Amino acid sequence: MTSQPFFRQQSELLPERAPPAATTGVIGWMRANLFSGWLSTILTLAGLYILWLIIPGLLDWAFFDADFQGDDRFACTSSGACWAWFDQRIDQFLYGFYPSEQTWRVDIALLLLVPALAPVLFDKMPGAKRLRWFSLAYPVVATFLLIGGFGLEEVPTNKFGGFMLNVTVGLAGIVLSLPVGIVLALGRRSRMPIVRALSVAFIEVFRGVPLITLLFVAAILLPIFLPPSFSLDLVIRVIVVVTAFASAYMAEVIRGGLQAVPRGQYEAAAALGLGYWKMMGLIVLPQALKISIPGIVNTFIGLFKDTTLVIVIGLFDVLNIGRTMVSNPDWLGLAVETQVFISLFFFIVCFSMSRYSVHLERRLDTTKR
Amino acid sequence: MAVTGAPAGFELRRIWSDERARSALFQILVVLGLALLVAFFVANTIANLQARGLEPGFGFFGDQAFFDINQKLIDYSSQSTFGRALVVGLLNTLLVSALGIIAATVIGFLAGILRLSNNWLVGRLIGVYVEFTRNVPVLLQIIFWWSILTGLPKVADSVSLGGALFLNNRGVRMPAPILENGFGWVAIFFVLGIVAALIVGRWAHRRHMATGQPFPMLWVGLGLVIVPTLIVYFALGQPLDWDVPERTRFNFRGGFNVTPELVALWWALSTYTGAFISEIVRAGILSVSKGQSEAAHALGLRPGLTMRKIIIPQALRVIIPPLTSQYLNLTKNSSLAIAIGYQDFVSIGNTVLNQSGQAIEVVAIWMVVYLSLSLGTSAFMNWYNSHIALVER
Amino acid sequence: MSTDQNQAAADARPIIDIVGLNKWFGPFHVLRDINLSVAPQERIVICGPSGSGKSTLIRCINRLEEHQEGKIVVDGTELTHDLKNIDAIRREVGMVFQQFNLFPHLTVLENCTLGPIWVRKTPKDEAEKIAMELLERVKIPEQADKYPGQLSGGQQQRVAIARSLCMKPNIMLFDEPTSALDPEMIKEVLDVMVDLAQTGMTMLVVTHEMGFASQVADRVIFMDAGQIVEQNTPDEFFNNPQSDRTKLFLSQILSH
Repeated sequence: MTSQPFFRQQSELLPERAPPAATTGVIGWMRANLFSGWLSTILTLAGLYILWLIIPGLLDWAFFDADFQGDDRFACTSSGACWAWFDQRIDQFLYGFYPSEQTWRVDIALLLLVPALAPVLFDKMPGAKRLRWFSLAYPVVATFLLIGGFGLEEVPTNKFGGFMLNVTVGLAGIVLSLPVGIVLALGRRSRMPIVRALSVAFIEVFRGVPLITLLFVAAILLPIFLPPSFSLDLVIRVIVVVTAFASAYMAEVIRGGLQAVPRGQYEAAAALGLGYWKMMGLIVLPQALKISIPGIVNTFIGLFKDTTLVIVIGLFDVLNIGRTMVSNPDWLGLAVETQVFISLFFFIVCFSMSRYSVHLERRLDTTKR
Repeated sequence: MAVTGAPAGFELRRIWSDERARSALFQILVVLGLALLVAFFVANTIANLQARGLEPGFGFFGDQAFFDINQKLIDYSSQSTFGRALVVGLLNTLLVSALGIIAATVIGFLAGILRLSNNWLVGRLIGVYVEFTRNVPVLLQIIFWWSILTGLPKVADSVSLGGALFLNNRGVRMPAPILENGFGWVAIFFVLGIVAALIVGRWAHRRHMATGQPFPMLWVGLGLVIVPTLIVYFALGQPLDWDVPERTRFNFRGGFNVTPELVALWWALSTYTGAFISEIVRAGILSVSKGQSEAAHALGLRPGLTMRKIIIPQALRVIIPPLTSQYLNLTKNSSLAIAIGYQDFVSIGNTVLNQSGQAIEVVAIWMVVYLSLSLGTSAFMNWYNSHIALVER
Repeated sequence: MSTDQNQAAADARPIIDIVGLNKWFGPFHVLRDINLSVAPQERIVICGPSGSGKSTLIRCINRLEEHQEGKIVVDGTELTHDLKNIDAIRREVGMVFQQFNLFPHLTVLENCTLGPIWVRKTPKDEAEKIAMELLERVKIPEQADKYPGQLSGGQQQRVAIARSLCMKPNIMLFDEPTSALDPEMIKEVLDVMVDLAQTGMTMLVVTHEMGFASQVADRVIFMDAGQIVEQNTPDEFFNNPQSDRTKLFLSQILSH
């Protein structure tokens, strides 16, 4: 009986059985995840309807009915998208007005980015330590490659354009904003009131205003603040302003990292007799930066998307190239095609970076436990 | 221990190793350096401005603007002043930001909650929406929607929705409400209905606490607001008419037009910010541990009540701070209006700047306005966080 | 039948009757053919290695977990997909969790009055009176206006017990109530549970505290691999285990 003393020997234990058919397999999964109630069923049907409305039309427009060849828009006679401009104009989208014989320099600079970034992002890889010296040297190498001098033909920055401009401004902004951000984050935690006040003021001001107003500062105000003999390139001025903007956000990310380093680390370093800078440089910052990498990657994604704003002050980033192309009578009316192309590019780059950041956050989480 | 013959009093070395003295010295140096830098900039500025024949100061706000603004919430003409132009711009910024915040909140909460349902298809579809909108620059999205709206057929071939709404490349033409005699009463009864609902709500809650009897407040409240309003509305002969746009040969007569710039900017900002909000809402609700709803169910609380009393109060604590950040981001992103010609604060400021040459003042005004919004929002968030924090040891 | 015989029949009817219960988590067969009947006012301790399904079993009783095969009848009501049945059962069954699960944004008093006010439709004054009585019984009436975050683990668990008791349940389920507590706080919670047992409450307790089992239980059930391997009175169970599985388990946990 079910309340009487009872026992089973090891050998009499019941074996496992398979679950009832209606709850497993494809049917079971669909019942649980697609049709688990009347509301869920309605949602599933609505979702399927939306897909049916959009997907075939989209595929037709983008591929099946589209034209891929031609010299101008009149060659695109079908009802689908017109990709004929791609062949002719792809270089302009990628390099802007960079002289076409010199674009190999941009390619090399981009290629070298991989060994420069890899040891920073994947710190367990073999040879990471040595490669990190290259990472430090990379900004100089890249600048030399892009701008020229010392044997390479000089290319003025007003010829920079297209994706190359977005990547250059974005990368320069992030790389330069890292040290400035560290200084600001440390300054914000400082016990010296003036230093703390200045750091807080800087961070709040640059986080509180839209990037567009700062770009106007770069384009219009900086020349007023500087003596007329000292004229800086517009791209350089933009990088300065973008760096200041990014450092404010970076400072907040690093502040989070500094707070996440256990108090015991600070105390152990102090107990060992390390001064402030040695403690920060040897013990705290390496840990804080490692913890902050997801936040830093997210800041970069945001900054990279924001580089499109330079269109407002007349720089020819990829968005502006697209816009000028469609005001050309040869390619009038193809705004949507160019926008789809540019969106895809940004989506692929930013989405990969955000996937990496999620992966990294998960990895750091488990090692902390 | 040998006694060193160290002279009493001042030793230069001591300053260097005394922490307080060193930090004071350092700060003095910082302030001096900053002052020198500022002096350098100011000197250059004065020289440059003189060379251009410009006088610093905000007096030019009283000068005539000589340019027109096509969307304005207050009176303005090309004879109005620069100052007034900037105010019009600021109102336009606030308008699109307010409309955007409302739409983004609705979209974000809906998407976030739907994504939490156990419907796999809906979860995936919303995931695609979120990932796509978050990873494409917002400027690109604004221009995209604007291209679509300006690519609509011209006025003569407008797309009509139900014969009352017309979409064309000049915008969206909607019926305008005409308030006739008696509408004031309808409005009064509507407001009275709300007041009555609030009063009945208070009474019902007190009664519930006193006797334990629940009260169907939702239905009663809705009824109190809607029923008397409808009765008065019909009794007074339906004093609300619609000025439905009618086609004339080249245009429409009647109704009012919402420009494609406003619609595109509003829609792009709403869908972009909505994606971020949906992730915040989702994270907030997930942050409430499963044990909370289990304990509530074990006590016999139904899912609706569990949501209201247990999950949502705790989730809101986590949701509201990043939510206000997103509202601020939306407001700052509205400055991208300049790219499609919507005359917001930055766009009009740019025109004023070009016409008057007083760049420093205009940029300063921009910064002051946006900074006030930012700092105001931060202050609110700090107050909210301290006010609502869970009490712990 | 005469009323005496009716009475006897009613007394003999189990307050919980589980027949042929089988449950799967996906492909994993976590409860295998459980047959269990609990008499009113019976105190049962369920023990076993982790992963044996003991928590899952009691969570099926108040529908925190759904079962795929078998029948569960609680106080005459069968546990099915019918929401009315589930609500009725949850009103009569109280549960105490390993992680306490107090509502952090409500005071201790509000935690206790929430259920009675919103589920049993008790007026607020009466609910507060009942809550204060129960808080006295668990010996922390002075904490009524504090928030859970301000209490120690032992205090929180006692509040959790009081909270469940405010609903005046007929059955109390305990899911490893002391496993998350620091050792010095285990006794205060066990004392409350012993006190509760002496008032005649039907209790099903999943725990590793064998001292509690010997002191208070009417029956000890040992589960392993999703099934009931042995059940007996505490005396017989600890001194005269029959199954080799039980002997192995007891040797492992009683060795220190």
